[in-house]
Amino acid sequence: MKIEVLGTGCSKCKTLYENTMKALEESGRNAEVVKVEDIPSIMKYGVMSTPALVVDGQVKFSGKLASVAEIKGML
Amino acid sequence: MLKNLADYIVFTMIGLVPGSRSGESLNFFIYDTLKIFLLLTTIIFVVAIIRSSFPPERTRRILSHKREYIGNVMAALLGVVTPFCSCSAVPLFIGFVESGVPLGVTFSFLISSPMVNEVALIMLWGMFGWKIALIYIGSGLLVAIFAGIVIGKLKMERYVQDYVWEMQVGNAEIVEQSFRDKLVYARGYTLDLLKKIWPYVVVGVGIGAFIHGYVPQDFLARWAGRDNPFAVPIAVALGVPLYSNAAGVIPIVHALMEKGMAIGTVLAFMMAVTALSLPEAIILKNVLKNRLLAVFFGIVATAIVCVGYLFNAIL
Repeated sequence: MKIEVLGTGCSKCKTLYENTMKALEESGRNAEVVKVEDIPSIMKYGVMSTPALVVDGQVKFSGKLASVAEIKGML
Repeated sequence: MLKNLADYIVFTMIGLVPGSRSGESLNFFIYDTLKIFLLLTTIIFVVAIIRSSFPPERTRRILSHKREYIGNVMAALLGVVTPFCSCSAVPLFIGFVESGVPLGVTFSFLISSPMVNEVALIMLWGMFGWKIALIYIGSGLLVAIFAGIVIGKLKMERYVQDYVWEMQVGNAEIVEQSFRDKLVYARGYTLDLLKKIWPYVVVGVGIGAFIHGYVPQDFLARWAGRDNPFAVPIAVALGVPLYSNAAGVIPIVHALMEKGMAIGTVLAFMMAVTALSLPEAIILKNVLKNRLLAVFFGIVATAIVCVGYLFNAIL
């Protein structure tokens, strides 16, 4: 599984990254997590409000900070 | 009811004398703080639920290939309900123009979205009453529509950074949220926002209360009253560096109005605080060349100054 955290470096984006890591740890799953911060890559997904979460190439949500529990439900 | 509560706390519990400076200031502070937090919590929550139905992806689809005028009007209106944070101004701008939203229409959105925001409206409503809040919405929309139309007419597409036009933009699906999801989102949004703005509100109301109690009546009438033609442009210039503190600025401005600042000057100042900001300019510099950035600031500032003069003249 590949998880991408899209964000231009705002504080919410960092928290989303941390929440994602925590969600993985708590659910005991393994995934490659990358921070995507450059605009062209973010735009490729058509995401216009950050932060956003992409799991295996699919945009799960954008423009909000999901909680650890919410992220667990998406993995 | 809140008034009684504030009276009870200040005059009965603390024992200050009604009519004294310290008593009136503290009473003002407690009453305003209670009222504003009550309004903020309920209205932000409701607005967040409405907003979750208008993700930027949907707004973009609605505005794509719209003609000018009607496009500008719709963009300004959608700017009110689409959630927007200046930190994602760049992806939003690129997403809009790449999917065929005309440049002027995009600007109408970019101007109205931060200017006609719920925090500013709640604060205006709570402190100045619904009439002023409505006037603010109306003139804010007009400024956004007008400035967007002018920028569209000026055909400034070549002053957008070149890379913007070459970018590949994917088409994100709009994920439909259930009502339960929306409630969860709204709760998080409200808490986030309150956490961010409460210190500004408390400090702003505190300064306002001090001015209310200690600054002599009509103190500002000479400088910021309607007879001074320079008051409006100076207020607009002062508003630019005060970005993101609308929550803290409004209580102060409210107290200043009591001391003689004219209403048009107050409105112009508020609009400059919310619509024009240096951090936003720096962010937009990523997608706009200097010339377009300057035109954008110039037109919006001019429109706001006109609004100020207009309301100083008619109200």
